[in-house]
Parts: sequence; structure tokens; C-alpha cells
Amino acid sequence: MKSLNIVVLAKQVPDTRQVGKDAMTAEGTVNRAALPAIFNPEDLHALELALRLKDRIEGTSVKVLTMGPQRAAEVIREAMYRGADGGYLLSGREFAGSDTLATSYALSCALKKINPDLIVAGRQAIDGDTAQVGPQVAEKLAWPQVTYAEEVTAIGEETLTIRRRIEAGVEVVECPLPALITVSGSAPAPRPRHAKRLMHFKSARTASELATESQAYVAERVAVKSDLQIAEWSATDIDPDPTQLGLQGSPTKVKRIENVVFQAKEAKRLSGSDEELEALIQELIAAHTIG
Amino acid sequence: MANFYLDNKDLQIQFDHPLMERIVALRERDFSEKELYDYAPENSEDALDSYRRVMELAGEVCGEVIAANAEGVDREGPHHTGDRVEYASGTKENLRAMQAAGLDGMSLPRQYGGLNLPLTASIMTNEMIARGDAGFQNVWGLQDCAETLREFGSEEQKEEYLKRTVAGETWSMALTEPDAGSDLGAVTLKATWDEERNTWLLNGVKRFITNGDGDLSLVLARTEAGTSDARGLSMFVYDKKSGGVKVRRIEHKLGIVGSPTCELVYTDAPAELVGVRRMGLIKYVMSLMNAARLGIGAQSVGTCEAAYREALKYAHERQQFGKPIIEFTAVSELLNEMQAKTQAVRALLYETARYVEIYKQLDALSKDRKLEPEERQEMKHYSRLADAYTPMVKLFASEYANSVAYDAIQILGGSGFMKDYPAERIYRDARIMSIYEGTSQLQVVAAINSVTKGVYAEQIARLGEETFSEEMQPIANRLKAQNEKFNAMLAHVESIEEQTPGFKELHARRLVETAGHLLMGLLLASEATRHAEIYTTSARIFCRLAEGKISEAYARVMSATADDVALYRTQQ
Repeated sequence: MKSLNIVVLAKQVPDTRQVGKDAMTAEGTVNRAALPAIFNPEDLHALELALRLKDRIEGTSVKVLTMGPQRAAEVIREAMYRGADGGYLLSGREFAGSDTLATSYALSCALKKINPDLIVAGRQAIDGDTAQVGPQVAEKLAWPQVTYAEEVTAIGEETLTIRRRIEAGVEVVECPLPALITVSGSAPAPRPRHAKRLMHFKSARTASELATESQAYVAERVAVKSDLQIAEWSATDIDPDPTQLGLQGSPTKVKRIENVVFQAKEAKRLSGSDEELEALIQELIAAHTIG
Repeated sequence: MANFYLDNKDLQIQFDHPLMERIVALRERDFSEKELYDYAPENSEDALDSYRRVMELAGEVCGEVIAANAEGVDREGPHHTGDRVEYASGTKENLRAMQAAGLDGMSLPRQYGGLNLPLTASIMTNEMIARGDAGFQNVWGLQDCAETLREFGSEEQKEEYLKRTVAGETWSMALTEPDAGSDLGAVTLKATWDEERNTWLLNGVKRFITNGDGDLSLVLARTEAGTSDARGLSMFVYDKKSGGVKVRRIEHKLGIVGSPTCELVYTDAPAELVGVRRMGLIKYVMSLMNAARLGIGAQSVGTCEAAYREALKYAHERQQFGKPIIEFTAVSELLNEMQAKTQAVRALLYETARYVEIYKQLDALSKDRKLEPEERQEMKHYSRLADAYTPMVKLFASEYANSVAYDAIQILGGSGFMKDYPAERIYRDARIMSIYEGTSQLQVVAAINSVTKGVYAEQIARLGEETFSEEMQPIANRLKAQNEKFNAMLAHVESIEEQTPGFKELHARRLVETAGHLLMGLLLASEATRHAEIYTTSARIFCRLAEGKISEAYARVMSATADDVALYRTQQ
């Protein structure tokens, strides 16, 4: 296979694994300010899958596309520390309030401009858990999609063979390019950041970041090294239909939020008698936990 | 998401130390490498920022990968198959992770692919690795051999072996033999020049060689036939690819199980001479051993940290008599002393690393240009301090690793005795630390000269004159009062030594330890002046501990008489 231009879709998300009491706003949306912002975990698996293709197919480039506020550029730097060649930040007021439909529309407009051979995305983000953006992007581009991917098992002349994790097993499919793959958390773990890349790409900046950079040496370095310049696109750069962007393009409305308190107790204490153990085994078999 | 750098303020503070500016200036010279390597820094601030980021990365690998594999490695251990060693699967995974993160050859020059990070950073990485898995620190930390090769090897050797270190190849240091342990001058492994093959050939047996089946080794061997002392020994670099060395057995050990300890048989094994003949033990191995002692210091401090954290966590969780056991004074006293010891000896460890770094960098600089008189003075100053502090760190850190690990099991009680908790592994791992790379007793021998020559006394005086915070000034004053006892002990020992040789040797450990208690106490008071919130409690507690220990030493020394020398030499 000839070299590929791969784009990884990545999202900066609040770390919902560290939920405290103020994790939700009064309006029922995620309180992003109260949680640390991280690289969406399954997007890291997507990045790893892309980087493994880069390791195998000479000349392949991996770039990250993310939509979000200025600080989302951190996701692109994170990817560069691990081996990505660069990235694009889609940012601006026009994108604010996007649901999955408006997000996938905006991403698809940017992707038409980038024109990659392969798009790799995480299965879903831990803030919304919709798993919709990847498939919607593929639909908007009218590309084939392979969801729940774990590994590219073979690289053909024009196709990729992909193992996907499905309920109760795995399935191996072959897919022509261009295509979109979504990667599940059961895929190989992401590689660590690399020390040398970390020291170099720590200075990578978007144009907006550069405008407010306080360290003169960082600004000078970015000015002369193109690999440190992160592309930053606003709505006008991707030639969209404005009515499909942001809040305006988002049909999803939150109707009501409910607090659900788990009724079941988490722990159960047994004395260790045979009868109790037998009852527990029967209970677990009935609940399909074992057996 | 454990990160052993970010969760440890103590380590972060080490990078803020005032001496770090000087170290960066020496390491990076005029920052000229920024033109050659895109990861080289532009200025001091940039350099320190990069170092911290790499430490954060190392902290992540240690917390996420190495610590998680420790239990499995301890259970599985390395395998001896045929003539070779195969690491435990977790060890292999650890090596892959360090390589993937680009952390191998961390302190080697950039021209060989290294990161050119200061010794402080590599020592810190060793400490964090040991906190996760002490045995893996042995395997990874032996990269230090490459540092020795950088110092004394030829350009061709550096080009070959330093680059391979960066690429993840592992090292061993083949010194010990069945009849040459602490007494390395007795090494008999034979090196003979083979005219036909145009190489040195090694023949003989090495024993207790840590990571003996590593890719590369530094080997101490006898080149001068007919000699039987240190002056007939030379140093070699052996490449496993050359063949000729078999692993006859691996040891079954109490602790650091993951680190393979090998008995090696050399049969016409080709090897390259490092530096010049006859300097093997006298110069090169001495340098190698000093670096290794600092490495064991780091391993020991990491072990203290691991043990302390296990105990602290358990003391908060474990409820007895209706409350967490940390609320009982008997438990919290132990924990506070464990923390004070850990922080005190860590302060000493990084102080030593900075001294070693400065003198080594100046030494390297002296090979490129003539040093200015004040630079020569500086080099001499720090070289003297490094020599004095290195055995002190090794002595205290390894003894503390043992005592802190012992106390950790005590706090966990019966649970600590079980394999269900890491405390027992940490305890087993700690035991070797006061033995290898020179026993505690030998560290005392190495340190006693600095007592009698007044090196520690000068440092104690210098530290005592620092400006302390209002809260720390009384602590410093109390320690200075203890210094009077140190002087009295020394005077007493020297007066009796004159008539009765052996008296000083008898009390050497008490003298060295007294100097150490004073130094660490003052170092902590100094740290607590800069970072009150982190060190105040430890400084106050360590001062109490030091007062107790010094009083005991004082009582023992001052009541001792000349006939004690014979008394303690009684042969049972």
C-alpha cells in the first residue's frame, strides 16, 4: 500500500472518572470547569492504531483534528508527543453549542478540505457517551465505516483488514479506502509520550496561542519551525452552511434531567456457609454474571 | 492514574534548588546544541522546564507500568534456560515502556542520542522506578555503566555502545568473583591478548553479577600475569553478541527477585579494553562504584517512599477500637519518623547528586579547554564534597530503607506479614541495599576520612550559618548544640587513638553517623526554611531523632576506654 494520510478525530473531554459533587451544572449539563480536561481515552486508542499504521507504512502521516476552545490545542500537542505529525484545531464562536450532528457536520467540512485517505476516531467520548460522531462523519462523507475496531490485521494494496470487537466475539472485515474507523477501548493501549518529542513539541502553538505567548523564545522558535505551527481553523476556513453549525444546527435539546440514586447495595456480607455460597452461585447464574 | 513525580512534592522541589542554575549552565554550556537538536533547550528556563516534563513522563511510566508489574515480577522472577536468562514478563514490559518513552540513556550526550539530562534527573528516575519495583531499578539503573564508558572509553566505543544504550540495550557490571567480593583487588578473571584474533580474550568465572546476561558489560579482569593486587587489573567492555559467556546459574534470592543475579563463565570471550591497562580497579571501577552507590542511594530512598506510602494508606483505612489506627500515637509516631527519615535522606541524596554533577561537568569541561582558576577551585571543592557525601548517602539511605520497611510491616500488623500486601516484598527487597555496592561497614570506612579531615565539620558549620526561618532557627540552634558533642567525641577518639590504634575504627560508625545526623538535620531545616509546608514537621521530628541518636553515640564513645579495642576483638 502506498503511504496514507491519516486523520485522527480527538476530543478534549472533562475527566468524568474524577467526578465530584459539582460535576453537573444546574442546567443539567457537564460542568467542564470543575473537571480536569483530558484526551478522550478511546481517542488515544484511535491514535495508537493510526500510529501503528504509520510505523508499518512508510511515508504515512498522522494528524489530529479536534474541535473545541483554544485550550483544546493541548490534545494536539499530546498527540504530537506520542508520534503524530501535527494537527488542526477547529475553533470559534460559530461552533459553540454543537450537538453530535452539528459537530460531525463541522468535522466533515474540515475533512473535505484536508482530504485524508483514512479517518480514525475513538468509539465514543466519556462526556457524552453517544458514539455518534464517528459514524455520522462517515455518513456525511459517504465513506464506508468500520466501528468497534481493535486492530488492523493486514494491509492490502487498496484495502485494510480490520478486526472488530462485537458482542460475544470478534469479526474480521476488509474495507476499501478511503474509510472511517472507530476504535474501541479494547484496542492496544496507547504508547507513552516520547521524551524527545515532549521537549520539542511542548512549544507547538496555534496562531491564537502564539498571539498571547508570554515567552519570547517560544514565539521565536514557533516562527521559524513549521512543525511547531498548529493549524487553527475558524468556520470561514471550512466553507460550511452556517445554518448547520453550532446551536443553530443542533436539534438535540435537553428536556429534563433526573438524579438517579442506585438502590442496590454494592456489598453483601456472607458468613461463608455452604448454603449461602450455593445461593450466591444460583443468583449469579440467574443474573448471567457467571455461567 | 498514578504519577510518581506529580504526587511527590519533595521531588519537584529538588528542581527548584538554587544550584540547578549552575548545573544547567555547565550541562548546556552556551546552549549551542539548540542549533543541532530540536529538543535541546534555548536557555536555562527552557532547560528546567524540559527536565520537569521528562520527570513527569518518567513518573507516569513508573506509576502506571512499573509499579503495576512489580507483584507479578516478584512472583514470576527471571528464568534460567540453557545458558541464558529470560526476564520475567513484567520486566520485559517495563523495559519496553522505558524505551517507548525515550527515557533510556537519559543523561548521555545528545550526540549519541541521549537526552543530556542532569544527574539529578537520572537519580530521580531511579528513585521513582525503585518506588514502583526496586528490582527493576537494578536492571535499568545499570545504564550507569554507559556513563563510565563516556568518561573513560574511546570515541569508537562511545559511538557504538552509548548509542546502543539509548536504543534500549541493558548493562551489567561484572566485578565480583567467588573469592573477590568486597576485596576486588583479588579478582582473577584472566584477560590475555590474542595476537591472531587481534583482541583481548576473557577466561574465568564471575559471581553475583546483577543482570549478568545483559547486552553489554563492563568487566574487571587481570591483564598483568603474575600480579595479585589491584594494580594488575584492567577494565573491559564485553558485547554479548561476541559470545563466549555462559550463565551457569541464577541465584534464588530473598528480595529484588526480578533482577537476575548470575554466575558467569567466560571462555575465550572477546572484549575491548577500556582506557589504559592497570587502571581498571584503581580509577575506573572506583568511579563506577561511586556512581553505583549513588544509584543504590536512589533505590533505597524510593524503597523508603514505597514503604511509607503503603503504611500511611493502611493506617488511614484500618479501623480498630472504632477509629483509624493513624489516630493512635504509637502508629502516628512511627509514620512521622518514617517520613522524616525519608525526607532527610532524600535531601542528602539530591545534595550529593548536585555535587557529583558539578565536579563531573567541570571535569568534562577541562578536557575541552583550560579551566579558569576559580573553576578549578570549584571542581576541587565539589569533588571533595562528592567523595564525602556519597558513602554517607549509601549508608543512611540503605539503613533507612530497611528500618522504614520494617516499620511499614509493623503498621500493617498481621496483614503486612502476608503476601496480600506489597509491604513484605518491599521489606525483602530492602535487605540487600545495605549490603551490595559496599556494605554499610565499608561505607563507614570510606566516610571516616572525611570525619577526621573535617569535611563534614566544614559543611555542618556552613549549613549552620545559613539564614533560617523564625520557626527553623531554634531547630538549627539545637543541632548546633549537638555539634559540640560531635567535636568532643572526635577529640576523645583521636586522643585515645594515638596510643591505641584501632580505637577510631571501633567508633568510626558512631562518628560518621553523628556527622550524618547533623548534616541531614540542618539540610531539612534549610529546606523547611524555603518550603515550610512540606518540611517543617519532618525537620522538627528529625531534630528530635538526631538528638537521641547523637546522645547515644556520645554516651557510647565518651564512656569507652582504650581496652575496649581488645574487648571488641574477642574471638568467640
